[in-house]
Order: sequence, then C-alpha cells, then structure tokens
Amino acid sequence: MTVQPTPASATPEGGHLLELRDLHVEFRTNEGVARVINGVSYHLDAGETLAVLGESGSGKSVTAQAIMGILDTPPAFVRSGQILYQGQDLLTQSEEQRRQVRGKEIAMIFQDALSALNPVFPVGWQIGETLRQRAGLSRSDARRRAIELMDLVKIPGAAKRIGDYPHQFSGGMRQRVMIAMALALDPKVLIADEPTTALDVTVQAQIMDLLADLRQERDMAMILITHDLGVVAGVADRIAVMYAGRIVEHADVRSLYKAPAHPYTKGLLESIPRLDVRGEELSTIKGLPPNLMRIPSGCPFHPRCPYVQQVCVDVVPHDLVLGDGRTSACHFAQEVRDDSAAR
Amino acid sequence: MTAPPASPGKVRGETILSVDNLVKHFPITQGVLFQRQVGAVKAVDGVSFELRRGETLGVVGESGCGKSTLARLLMRLETPTSGGATLEGRDLFKASGGELRRVRRNMQMVMQDPYTSLNPRMTVGDIIGEPFEIHPDAAPKGSKQKRVQELLDVVGLNPEHINRYPHQFSGGQRQRIGIARALALRPEVIVCDEPVSALDVSIQAQVINLLKQLQNELGLSYIFIAHDLSVVRHIADRVAVMYLGRIVEIGTEDEIYERATHPYTQALLSAVPVPDPEARDQRNMIRLVGDVPSPADPPSGCHFRTRCWKAQEICAVEDPKTVPRAADPHPSACHFAELRPTPAA
Repeated sequence: MTVQPTPASATPEGGHLLELRDLHVEFRTNEGVARVINGVSYHLDAGETLAVLGESGSGKSVTAQAIMGILDTPPAFVRSGQILYQGQDLLTQSEEQRRQVRGKEIAMIFQDALSALNPVFPVGWQIGETLRQRAGLSRSDARRRAIELMDLVKIPGAAKRIGDYPHQFSGGMRQRVMIAMALALDPKVLIADEPTTALDVTVQAQIMDLLADLRQERDMAMILITHDLGVVAGVADRIAVMYAGRIVEHADVRSLYKAPAHPYTKGLLESIPRLDVRGEELSTIKGLPPNLMRIPSGCPFHPRCPYVQQVCVDVVPHDLVLGDGRTSACHFAQEVRDDSAAR
Repeated sequence: MTAPPASPGKVRGETILSVDNLVKHFPITQGVLFQRQVGAVKAVDGVSFELRRGETLGVVGESGCGKSTLARLLMRLETPTSGGATLEGRDLFKASGGELRRVRRNMQMVMQDPYTSLNPRMTVGDIIGEPFEIHPDAAPKGSKQKRVQELLDVVGLNPEHINRYPHQFSGGQRQRIGIARALALRPEVIVCDEPVSALDVSIQAQVINLLKQLQNELGLSYIFIAHDLSVVRHIADRVAVMYLGRIVEIGTEDEIYERATHPYTQALLSAVPVPDPEARDQRNMIRLVGDVPSPADPPSGCHFRTRCWKAQEICAVEDPKTVPRAADPHPSACHFAELRPTPAA
C-alpha cells in the first residue's frame, strides 16, 4: 500500500452531496481566540451515514452548526473554508438563500429535545409551524400532515397527542417529535447531534432503529455526531474522528475498528470498557485534551501520544492516505495501523 | 497513604453492609392549605442486598429506577419509609448523635456531577479538609494540610495545587477531588453515584482505574451506581439490576452478564451498543417497546410485565420474588426465568 501525503480535499470534483473544505472556525472571547475548527474537510454522499466522533471540545458540534448556519456569531466566526452543498458554497450565500437550504435540504436534530422544543406550544403546532411557514400549508393541512409525521416516527396515538405539550412526553417520545419536525420538509441530509445521549439504553436502541429505517426509506444522507463508539459501530458507513478541531482519522467503519491508524483512535478504542469482555485494567490515554486557546505545536495530540517523536512536536502532520479512502493525520500512521492490526 | 490498620475481625468477604427491604415512597399531595396525600412515587420499593468487605456491588438500571434514591437513603440524605440497613452491625437509620457520626464517617459518597458537587468558592484544600472539621476526632494529629496533600497525591493530583479553586481543574480532575474528599475520613464503604458518566471516554478510563487501584490498596467496598453496563461489568464483582424501585436480578458479574435469567436484564444487555461493526448483523437483539411506566403508578404484580414478551396472567397477579430460580441458582424476580438461548455463532 502506498503512502503519499495529499490534502484530503483532493477528492473527485462535483460528485458529493455535501462537502466541507478546509473549514476554520474560531471563537473570539475576552480571554483570547479559541481555534475550535482547524481545517476540517469531509464529504457526504447521497444515502450514506457518516459518523463524526469526538470528545467534548473536539469541534464536532460546531462543525454541524457551521453547516446549518446557526453558529452563535459573535463569538463564533468562520475564518476560512468552504461548505459546498450540491456544488454551491453555502458560506457565500445570503441569509435568505441559506434559509431555503435549512430544513428543506439539510435538517438537524439536537441532543436535548426538552430544551430544543418550545415548552409553551403543543408539539403538533410546532411540527406544523415549519409546514405553514415554509411549505405554505393551511392550518388544517399542516395539522393533518403533522399527524402523519408523528405516525411516521411511531408516536402511539398521534392524532390524540397532537395537542400535548413537550413536558407531557417522555424523553424518547420528545426525541421522536424532534425527528418528525426535522423530516417535515423532506430534507436530503439529516444532521443528528448526539441524538441518543440523553436517553436510556433501551430507548436509545429504539431511536437508533427508527433513524436507520427512516434514512433508508427516504434515501436520506445522515451525519451522526456522537462520542459513543458503540453507537457508531451499529449504524455508520464511514467515520471521521475529530480531535482539537481537526479530523485525525477518516475511514470506513469496519477497517477503522479493525485497525485504527491514528494513536488517538487506537487509544479511544482501547480505553472503553467492553460489555462482552471483563478486563482487569483499562488502558488509558494519558493527560487531557488541549486548551483550544493554546493548541500544542506540531501534532495537537503529541503531548498525550505514546508514539511521539521530535517530528511530531515540530511538524503538523498531513492527512496520510492509506488506501481504501482511509486517511490518518499522523506521521506514523502506517506503524500505528500495523500495531493495531497485530493486536 | 497506608492501608487502614486491619483490626482483628475485619475479614475480606464478610458482610459489611446489609440492607433489608428498604422502601422510600415520596408522597404526592393535593391542595394548598389542607394537603392530602393522593398517591406516592414508589422510588425504592423493597430493596434488600448485602455488601461484602472489599467488593464492588454494581447497581444498574434506567433513569427513574430508584438507584440514586437508594444511594441517598444509604447516605441518610433521605429517611426511608420503611425497612432498615446495618453497617458493621450498627443500625443506619436508628443511629443519632455520636453514633450517627461514626456511621457516616465510615460511609462516604462520590457524586455524579463534578461541576456542581464542589463548592466553587472553596479551595481544593478546604474542600478536601472540610470532613476533618465536621469529624474532629478523625482529623490528623499534626498538620491538616499535609494530610490533604497526601490525599491529592493518592488520587493522582499535584499536591502543590492545594490552593487552587475547582474551576481551574478539568472534569476528570474534579472527580478526583471528589474522590479525595470521600477518602479523607478513611471510610470503609464508598457509594459512587454515576461517578464517570459525566466524563469523556478517555478520562473515564483513568477514573475507573483509580477507583480500582484505591480499592486494592485500601480494602474499600464500593456501591457503584451506573447506567452504563459496560463500565459496571468492568468494575463490579456483583451486580444488582433495578427496575421501577425493585431489584429484579442480582448475582456475580458472570451470572448477570453471561447467565441472566430475567427478561429485563436480557433486554438491557442486548440493547447496549457494542463497539464492533462486525457484530452489527449478528447480534440477537431484544427490542423493548414503550417506555418505563411511571413509578407513581407501577403495574400490578411484576413491574416489568407491561414491556415483557413473556408476560402471562400470573405476572399481573403475583409479585415474583427475587429468589434463586431453576434456570440458574442466582436470585431473579421472574416467574418464567430462563437462560437466553445463545445465538448460533
């Protein structure tokens, strides 16, 4: 397998539904500038599921907010980069043009459904709002369609519950309401930001099943943002691992779990307790994630990395292409992958 | 820090904490002036178990199953409606005055949220040293500061950071501060209520390893409450599974994870996502329908019957006891307890 340093944006032109190119986002605060996204590039094709995995502060949610155009500005500013949707750069579009994309082309569901829904309006009204405002439906048509959508996401007794308020629903049902809202305008891309993190494990399984079914039925592409390696393994086609605002590894799910090629991914996979194995001591990643106002020189992972050499301190690693569309932003990517495979 | 002097009679494996039919009902009232009770949230509804010296008892269950109320009862932050518990033979709930302080000294708690469980206006030294002010008889003879620094060192923090404030630490480091505070009085039992669920994966492993290491060095017994079954399997010797205020199954780590006989345990285990894409299509999953019923109005008989695929008439009528079953000799509260057929690999 040949290893050649190429920027990840050297993917074939034009073919992708959604493509991020070298995106940089920073938060300008009183304490200084936090560089939250530092050159993120990834792409999404029609009908596929891409998982974006990372720990808190890795920039995974901010990337999604940048795609949706819902960054809090200030403090957040997109410094450079492109977000291409069907070839059009969203970042150069007017707010009115972006509004047309939001919801209709790309929709998003959030982690905490209780705070994402408005507590003082019935859920049916909230689902219907999108339809009235954007699709120009009448009140009664919007109501009828809202019931259909609630049926679609398998809320029992949809017609009876359309007048209920968010607090009258359980956590899992609220998440279903949010999914129904996101699907109202039949988007081509669904961004799910930690959709099951606040839910219990049996309910989590129900919601992940629902998302997988809906995605397949409607041939929707999905970006699943999560910190849970177990959830990713269950649904994703490809996975992008983020650390300190960069994508450190990008691969199809099977080969990544089989042989991670970045020391951070390898460390993560080794540090999670497994349900099917009882181990004595968990291996850990030493240290802490970096302060985004003072990202370490060279490779941002170098202070925590067991493979660290002088070159890691001095030189920012490029994405090394490892074949099969895999990339790893590590100077020793091949060595790491061979070590993982030998395990 | 050295292990507490092993006084005679403190044998590893003997029962240290014994909980007998503990019940906590929170009243639901109606009316403003003349409040009358119209119902009760049955948060903990008859829980019995024993904790042995030096072991970790994992308590798992979904939100609302009563596992945190159980922790608060054991810490005497709540008064039980009925039932009792003894710690080293002393009655937990009858103790008062000096006796209560001795009991409390022996049992400490690590909380879930490292951001709200530390006072932001106190230095780390004051936080960890505060137990000595409440229990002067347990305070070190010499310098309190030296002892606090020892504790910081034990939990893997820099002893020089004694004058820092909680906001200067990360989530994982704050959880270590919480652990140091719990260790200050040299307790024998520590109740850990979701100690790692607020932490990132890479930090979670560090804290789990620390808890295990402290247990080995100090001979601690843990009650480890968590919703993450993988974490519990890793740390627990025995596991209790709770559903709507009751323990539905209890056994060794192996009995629960490999030979579960209660349908709820089986469903719970099968719903846990396994970080292995190869297992995606091979796993034989049980999908529960619906949500957990309200603890204010639990189903009659077996609480789980409304979501159970095995439910028969008897389940609505008769409470299944948590007793050893024919399928496997560990206690399971199901009339139809049986092992899960292993999927053909």
